Amino acid sequence: MSFHPNDISRRAGISKIALCVGFVLLVGAFFNTQVLHHQKYVMQSEENRLRPIPLPAPRGIIYDRNGLVIAENLPGYSVSITAQNVDSLRASLARLASTLQLSNDQVEAAVRRFRRAPTRPTVVLADASIDVISVLEEHRLDYPRLVIQSVPKRYYPDAQAVASFVGYTGEITESELNSPQYDAYKPGQQIGKGGLEKQYEKQLRGREGVRFDEVDARGRPVRGDGPRPDLTPEGAPPLYTNIDLDLQRFAVGVFGDSLQGGVVALDPNTGGVLALYSAPSFDPNKFTGGIPAEYYKQLLTDERRPLLNKAVQGRYPPGSTFKLATAVTGITNGVVGLNDHMPVSCSGGYQYGSRYFRCWDKRGHGSLSLYGAVKHSCDVYFYQLGLRIGLNKLVAGGISLSMRERSGIDLPEEKRPDFPSIDVKSYYNKKFGAGRWSNAETLNLSIGQGANSQTVVNMAKFYTALATDGHAAQPMIVKGTPVRKPIFHLTSVQDSAIRAALAGVVEAGGTAAASAIQGVVLAGKTGTAQNAGKADHGWFVGFAPADKPKIVVAVLLEFGEHGSRAAHIASSIIAHYLKIQPAADALETGG
Amino acid sequence: MLRRIVSDYPLLIAASLLSLFGVAMVYSAGQTDTPTYVATMYRSQMVWTIAGVLIAYGVTRSSVRFIEWMTVPLYLLSIVLLGLTLVIGKGAGTAASTKSWLAIGSHRLGQPSEIAKVTVVLMLARVLASRRDAPRSLLDLWKPALVVGIPWVIIMLQPDLGTGIVFIGIFFGMLYWSGVSWPLLILLGSPAVSLVLSFSTGLWGAWFFILVALVLWYRPYLVEGIVLMMANVATGVVAPLLWEKLAPYQQNRLKVFLDPSADPRASGYHVIQSKVAIGSGGIFGKGFTLGTQKRLAFLPEQHTDFIFSVVGEEVGFIGVTVALTLFLWLFFRITQISQRANDSYSSLVAFGLMTSWFVHVLVNVGMTLNLMPITGIPLPFFSYGGSFMLACWLGVGVLMRISGEGRGRTKIRA
Repeated sequence: MSFHPNDISRRAGISKIALCVGFVLLVGAFFNTQVLHHQKYVMQSEENRLRPIPLPAPRGIIYDRNGLVIAENLPGYSVSITAQNVDSLRASLARLASTLQLSNDQVEAAVRRFRRAPTRPTVVLADASIDVISVLEEHRLDYPRLVIQSVPKRYYPDAQAVASFVGYTGEITESELNSPQYDAYKPGQQIGKGGLEKQYEKQLRGREGVRFDEVDARGRPVRGDGPRPDLTPEGAPPLYTNIDLDLQRFAVGVFGDSLQGGVVALDPNTGGVLALYSAPSFDPNKFTGGIPAEYYKQLLTDERRPLLNKAVQGRYPPGSTFKLATAVTGITNGVVGLNDHMPVSCSGGYQYGSRYFRCWDKRGHGSLSLYGAVKHSCDVYFYQLGLRIGLNKLVAGGISLSMRERSGIDLPEEKRPDFPSIDVKSYYNKKFGAGRWSNAETLNLSIGQGANSQTVVNMAKFYTALATDGHAAQPMIVKGTPVRKPIFHLTSVQDSAIRAALAGVVEAGGTAAASAIQGVVLAGKTGTAQNAGKADHGWFVGFAPADKPKIVVAVLLEFGEHGSRAAHIASSIIAHYLKIQPAADALETGG
Repeated sequence: MLRRIVSDYPLLIAASLLSLFGVAMVYSAGQTDTPTYVATMYRSQMVWTIAGVLIAYGVTRSSVRFIEWMTVPLYLLSIVLLGLTLVIGKGAGTAASTKSWLAIGSHRLGQPSEIAKVTVVLMLARVLASRRDAPRSLLDLWKPALVVGIPWVIIMLQPDLGTGIVFIGIFFGMLYWSGVSWPLLILLGSPAVSLVLSFSTGLWGAWFFILVALVLWYRPYLVEGIVLMMANVATGVVAPLLWEKLAPYQQNRLKVFLDPSADPRASGYHVIQSKVAIGSGGIFGKGFTLGTQKRLAFLPEQHTDFIFSVVGEEVGFIGVTVALTLFLWLFFRITQISQRANDSYSSLVAFGLMTSWFVHVLVNVGMTLNLMPITGIPLPFFSYGGSFMLACWLGVGVLMRISGEGRGRTKIRA
């Protein structure tokens, strides 16, 4: 051993240096971690222990024009669960399955939600019953990862009666989550799925809040009071509509359980939608929080197609209701005057080339002026008027009367009508094949048959122009600045003459005479939509009072055979709106 | 009277402060939101500490000569106990698959390896002190190598990598203190370096050239030189095979050391959470017992291996610096004791204990920041554990005695 004092102190000195180096290295490393990178680790530590629990915002309340509630929120309960991975989620779900009576589909749906947003509590039941909740609350300690939340639940007091325009809400789907439109959305959230709920999703949604739960390493909440202040959810402002809920309910009642079809009631001066209904309807409340499979299946298999909105999605040949478009096109083209008669008087039909085109009334109408032709809906008159206008101009006229575009109603479901394009020849060539159609199409088109299918709402829009002075009002459910666009220009004499002719329809001898209303002049037009192989659909589009219209109503009655029953529905709705008793019982008439 | 009992105040104060700090942290480690068995452990830790102090007092009442006389029996006893662990050893905690505990039934008695850390120091000091000169060749080192090698092999068979590292630290530290020259130490350690570097052919090649140069310059015996080079080649070749032999959890620990984010949920979890705890503590910490990482059980083994993470989280950089400064002070003091020791045995014992603790601190504290691989090595005076606390204070007692018998005692100042 060399334990000479000099050796020892040299080694001691080196040892002390080594100790200091170790000390400095460690302290330096801690300084680097604790002082220089402090913020980074604080964030990680907060992320570790704070679990954000989203607090859904109540959707905006939807009101009718008189402040009645169309859509509101009721207190509901959702059951969510937090998990660290798919396996632990499945294990938790398996334990909960019997209490919650979860189906396999529900379990798989929850797993999908988790995969998409593993840090959010995974929604298991969006709308749990109070029974389920009370059982869960009893066993709360057994399920520490369970998040039971009181959540606003969409409710429509009038249920079926308003489904046609208000739509419904439901959980956002996988494909919706994939679309950029729903970038800010998370699985398990409720969104508007149709009608106003979808159209105004942005306004109705509100802003989700957040509650911070402190959790331990196993994800179990540990303290009651929030370690960080909550972000309270912000409910959306209410949505005010033009709907007259009283009228809506009345219209629904008129259709009852047996009739099927669509109705749209507009204020011709603003385009405000007073009522919109498609019969039969569905219960939007059942869609909230997940639609029961058997109810959905029932809706899908119902032959009356309750999920097809007959007011904005269904397209039907407008039949005689279109004759006014032919008339207006004739007048604006200068080929017919209000008192003009056609060369061939009506004897029940019209010979065109090799084909004989029938009038709806085999007995014939004789020689009529335009006024009489509208009142009696004489086909022979309009065949000749159509020929006089010519197919190209008739189509151009229809297009300018917006027969080829959507009405612009604020519903996402609205379909565009079928109508020939301005390039008439190539349109028909494409539709029927070159040389496989003839000028006889002019005759079909002039009475609203042929290549022409319209939605109920679009016909209502056209009649707002007839009811006023050629200004078509864009139908709007939600209150806003009215959009009115002139679609034809007639002299005021011509305008009022057309209204008078439409009033004639509901007068004695007219096709809807039975639908007259006492004390007010009702104007309108019946129509029959040919329905291959089945009973025809009946139309009526009209307005009242004829001289100063306050309401336009378009009714399509599926399998209504002809327009008189539709007219009856329309006249009751109008009478209800104008607070007048309609005339009694219907007569057999045609359109 | 007190003067006679307490021969070295700085040593006693440093060790006591560290123990108090340690017990406080063990108490805090038990303060979790979901109470666990750790909650009451500070009580037994206090008992162990008091027991340790009593043992230390007992040792100070004896003499260094008595200790030296006891060295061989104690060493042999610890070897026997270590050997027993291989037969009837039990695992515990995170190292459940190892056999480092002696137990009767389900009652764990203790870890013989903790006692062996002290007895090996004593035995090595005895062997080295018995020589007239410092070992000058590798052949001279066969005895010391055997003293450390036997327990080391048993410990590696348990297996307990961390304690193995401590033994190697003790071995090199004490050889250095006994006067073994730097080149010889490097040559001695070269096979281990080869072991590590063998994973990169280029680095290993470079190391081999340095080694050859060193051998030519130092000129050991020819046989030694050949054996040494062969040992380097062998470890270089064996290393990859040895890697395969490691248990998966050991492989993972080493992999995670290199990149903790490689497996953030499993093996890397401990290190990541420990760093988050320490980093989020900042300068002043989150407050005693208030660390969220610890409270909410994100921190693993918070009362044993990762107790220093609790220090970092709750008392911050200030607390960390205080703790490390206390350790530095203690180690400086022990270095002084070994400098002033009356004889080479005492001097070597003191320095050996210091080296042992220094390695513990370096590896344990470094591990909490991922500067060292996770080896399950405790922090002296801090980590919960009876055997270790007793061993630490036994060491303090021995040091007190050595200090008391040392030269220039009256000159020693705090």
